[in-house]
Amino acid sequence: MPAIADKKHWSTVHVLQNTLVTWWTILRICLEERLVYRGDFALGTLMRFLPIVTQIFLWGTIFETISGKIAGYSYHDFIAYYLLTMVARAFSSMPGLASGIATEIRDGSIKKYLIQPIDMIGFLLLNRLAHKLIYYGVAIGPFALVFFLCRNYFPSMPPLETIIAFASSLVMGFLLGFFLEAAIGLIGFWLLEVSSLLFVYMLFSFFFSGHMFPLDILPYPWNYVFESLPLQYLAYFPAAVWLGKIEGESLVTALWIEAAWVSFFIIVCRIAFQRGVKRYSGYGG
Amino acid sequence: MSHFPPEYLASNSSQKPNYARVFLTFARNSLVRDMTFRSNFIIETITSLSWMFMNLGFYLLIFSYTDVIGVATGWTQYEFFVFFATVAIVNSLVQTFFMPNAQEFSELIRTGNLDFALLKPIDTQFLISLQKVNWSGLGNTGFAILLLLFSLWHLSRHEADFVLHPLQILLYPLYVFCGIIILYSLMIALSATSVWLGRNQSLYNFWFYITNFSRYPMEIYSGPVGDPRRWIGESLRTFFSYVIPVLLAVNVPARILAKPMAPDNLSLALYAVIGTILSFILSRMIFYRALRGYRSASS
Repeated sequence: MPAIADKKHWSTVHVLQNTLVTWWTILRICLEERLVYRGDFALGTLMRFLPIVTQIFLWGTIFETISGKIAGYSYHDFIAYYLLTMVARAFSSMPGLASGIATEIRDGSIKKYLIQPIDMIGFLLLNRLAHKLIYYGVAIGPFALVFFLCRNYFPSMPPLETIIAFASSLVMGFLLGFFLEAAIGLIGFWLLEVSSLLFVYMLFSFFFSGHMFPLDILPYPWNYVFESLPLQYLAYFPAAVWLGKIEGESLVTALWIEAAWVSFFIIVCRIAFQRGVKRYSGYGG
Repeated sequence: MSHFPPEYLASNSSQKPNYARVFLTFARNSLVRDMTFRSNFIIETITSLSWMFMNLGFYLLIFSYTDVIGVATGWTQYEFFVFFATVAIVNSLVQTFFMPNAQEFSELIRTGNLDFALLKPIDTQFLISLQKVNWSGLGNTGFAILLLLFSLWHLSRHEADFVLHPLQILLYPLYVFCGIIILYSLMIALSATSVWLGRNQSLYNFWFYITNFSRYPMEIYSGPVGDPRRWIGESLRTFFSYVIPVLLAVNVPARILAKPMAPDNLSLALYAVIGTILSFILSRMIFYRALRGYRSASS
């Protein structure tokens, strides 16, 4: 037993420990839940690479009549770019997050978060983290295989700083993806039906995140549009970092801007959740 | 049950449903539903249209760097836009008529609500496949037809040897229809497998990934001699033309209009008809096989 004088200190540790135990339990439950569908998962991951196959052929054919590069991208750069955006999307995409939140608000099952001593956004974040951990655990096989097969498309290994910047852009991409989508889902407190809004978001996200093609091949004035949006950090940015398209000071600035976007959406989520819960009324049982 | 006059039961069970009228009712109900949530409908239409514009913008960007996709393939800008318009027509019609239903089908199996469909005195595949019409998909069809007409007009004005034979105009809608049936068959067969798998999110996504191959001219599936792209491309082309004929769904109708003189057109066009019939029969077999394996969930 610690001394009485330490009691205050002891209880802080205790609370912290309790929180950690709660979080660990939540994470473990989510992990087990995810593993139920692991077959579905592995199959799904491999299939996700099928569009890359068409991209390899499409760009190969396009480059038959082009000598040199398109806006600084060679044929190999294009393929490497698409593969790298797959990695970035593996971190930043949050399928079903926003619609899930909106549905829980609408059908009232959000009440379970309000009466339990857990924070909804925190719980969902852990849930996603579990999802992603399992995803990488299962997906690392297919990813390694595809990257090995396509190794010739990649330029030589970038310097360590670039790899660190790439890794941090992925982690921030995960956070940005999560809080951005959660914020959209929380709009459900004000609008009953957000599905069409989500549809719009998904569409623009697909385009302006750079999933479709490298954003910097866009002509003026479109390049200014994507540069001012946070969506580029979901796919384009990490890939461009790895390929050495963004370097030096502009890379550091871009990472800071990304961090600012992440904090912005964390704050938006907090405020939206608090305000939303205040105006929320649940009926029935 | 003996209170029921037997002749009533007999006449009722022998009476065949009028499929056209049933379908019109489905279409009308869906339209009423869509018009009830009108702003949602408008947003969906505009969003799908912007999706098309984005794709079109992407191809315009590509054509700002090159005049033709591939050496000697014949897919210059406006021929390619005929192709792109065909992709959009086939896909938007599939999305309008079949997509919401196939999505619903796996859900019906999972929840056990398929019971209600099985009890109805009508062909189950018909009922499952056409119950809902997603009217907002037709916006894309309309735009794609405009794009098609514009591209054809442009080709006929600017390319001296471009002439449209009435036969081409007659065959085009026929092969668009074949394309729709091919894509539909694959979709319904894949969603029917959820009877065995319980949950088939991946298999349903599989449809998107497979039909993704059909969105580009089949000439791209090749490569320089000695490159692995060559044999992989050739195998893909053969597989997706003859085994799962999704490549024919768009390529055949688009070629009929844009490149009627391509040497392998005749064999492809003939096979497209056979492939369509086979796909449909096979998907129907899989569908009914799946129904036999269906066990209702809960009560």
